[in-house]
Amino acid sequence: MHEPQTLVPATETKMTARDVKVFYGEKQAIKGVSIDVDMDNVTAFIGPSGCGKSTFLRTLNRMNDTVASARVEGTITLDGEDIYAPSMDVVQLRARVGMVFQKPNPFPKSIYENIAYGPRIHGLASSKADLDVIVEKSLRRAGLWEEVKDRLNDSGTALSGGQQQRLCIGRAIAVEPEVILMDEPCSALDPIATAKIEELIHELRGRYAIVIVTHNMQQAARVSQRTAFFHLGELVEYGVTSDIFTNPRQERTKDYITGRYG
Amino acid sequence: MAEHTIKAFDEEMDKLRGLIAEMGGRAESAIENAMLALQRHDKALAAEVVTGDKRIDAIEAEVEKLAIEIIALRAPMANDLRDVIAALKIVGVVERIGDYAKNIAKRVPLVASNQRTQEPIALLPSMGQVAGEMVHDALNAFAARDADLAVAVCKRDTVVDDFYNSVFRTLVTFMVENPKTISECAHLLFIAKNIERIGDHATNVAEMVYYAATGQTLPERERGGTQPLED
Repeated sequence: MHEPQTLVPATETKMTARDVKVFYGEKQAIKGVSIDVDMDNVTAFIGPSGCGKSTFLRTLNRMNDTVASARVEGTITLDGEDIYAPSMDVVQLRARVGMVFQKPNPFPKSIYENIAYGPRIHGLASSKADLDVIVEKSLRRAGLWEEVKDRLNDSGTALSGGQQQRLCIGRAIAVEPEVILMDEPCSALDPIATAKIEELIHELRGRYAIVIVTHNMQQAARVSQRTAFFHLGELVEYGVTSDIFTNPRQERTKDYITGRYG
Repeated sequence: MAEHTIKAFDEEMDKLRGLIAEMGGRAESAIENAMLALQRHDKALAAEVVTGDKRIDAIEAEVEKLAIEIIALRAPMANDLRDVIAALKIVGVVERIGDYAKNIAKRVPLVASNQRTQEPIALLPSMGQVAGEMVHDALNAFAARDADLAVAVCKRDTVVDDFYNSVFRTLVTFMVENPKTISECAHLLFIAKNIERIGDHATNVAEMVYYAATGQTLPERERGGTQPLED
């Protein structure tokens, strides 16, 4: 299990994980996962609750650093650079590897400020005009511009759930990330808002490496080109999404996706 | 195989398999009875085959409805998905097999039972038997998810093709020598062709079974051999 699964020929590898183990105190949550994340493909992580998929996702931008008892072993690189190296600036890393969470969490500020905050603190804009350009571009890419362009000063929290989630995606995009991690981004949304997010993921593909954790297998099938199945902290199978859903090689994957899991 | 967490899903898949088993059984007896009716010149039995085809058609419609419901409501995946797709395709093919048996039965009254035609008629039953066995085994392979049996069925298609080539030549020779039997022998030629097509269709079923069981399409070399009259 320590060698990366080579079923999938990567087009352009953005991130690599090698023999990654995560411990929460005594408990081992991830048991040696090796995987490559492509630039050109959306990668979906699926698996039952507690399988480690979200924990593993969080190792990719060091979100586990915020958990006192968490310890990460193994190597994770971004463009060949070890993200756990002491020289790595974690704030900078999280700008390069953005994250969108399960529950939309806009800042309690205006729509404009939600987008502008990141670029401003990262020094990406030298003038108000620059910032205006970034805000519009980010909101357009997030598929939200047409809906909010006339009320940029309204509070972000006044938007609908689906709009809030697209605002959060826009906020992640605004700092020009290379990778976007999404942790069940649609689980709090209705089917229409979900479809809009899925369409957005499709449009963002290729521009950013995208990794999505989802409980909804149909969603993984719809939005991803690569699917990784996690179970009990192990990466059981990683492959081309259409292969995983029509002809999985591992018995555990088959049982899970066909609804025969325990 | 482990059961689905949702039991109704298992029940629906079982029902689907049950319908296909019934359909296969009926197609198989249709072939057997059509050949028997031909041999014995039993018009009543032939008529039974013709009316029996209605039930085969009805099962096809029932399976299609159920398969569409399963896809819409259960979103089957992996082997379940392959089984449902194979079931949908298999019923279309078995329905055709039923039609060929019916067509054979319809020709029974048109082939006179007399001394003159006994000899050419005698050529056909063993050919029909091989084709019937292929249908039987292909559907057993589906029920048992048996890829090896499916491959064996495909390989046997050459036997039916060889039979057909031999029957074809024999009938032509017979017609040349006995021009008064041409009308009957023409029907026998069509019957032989029908049996040959049943063999092809049984091979198609076996190929789908192989896919459902393994997730792979059958390599070309494992498929049926030469086409009839290829040489």
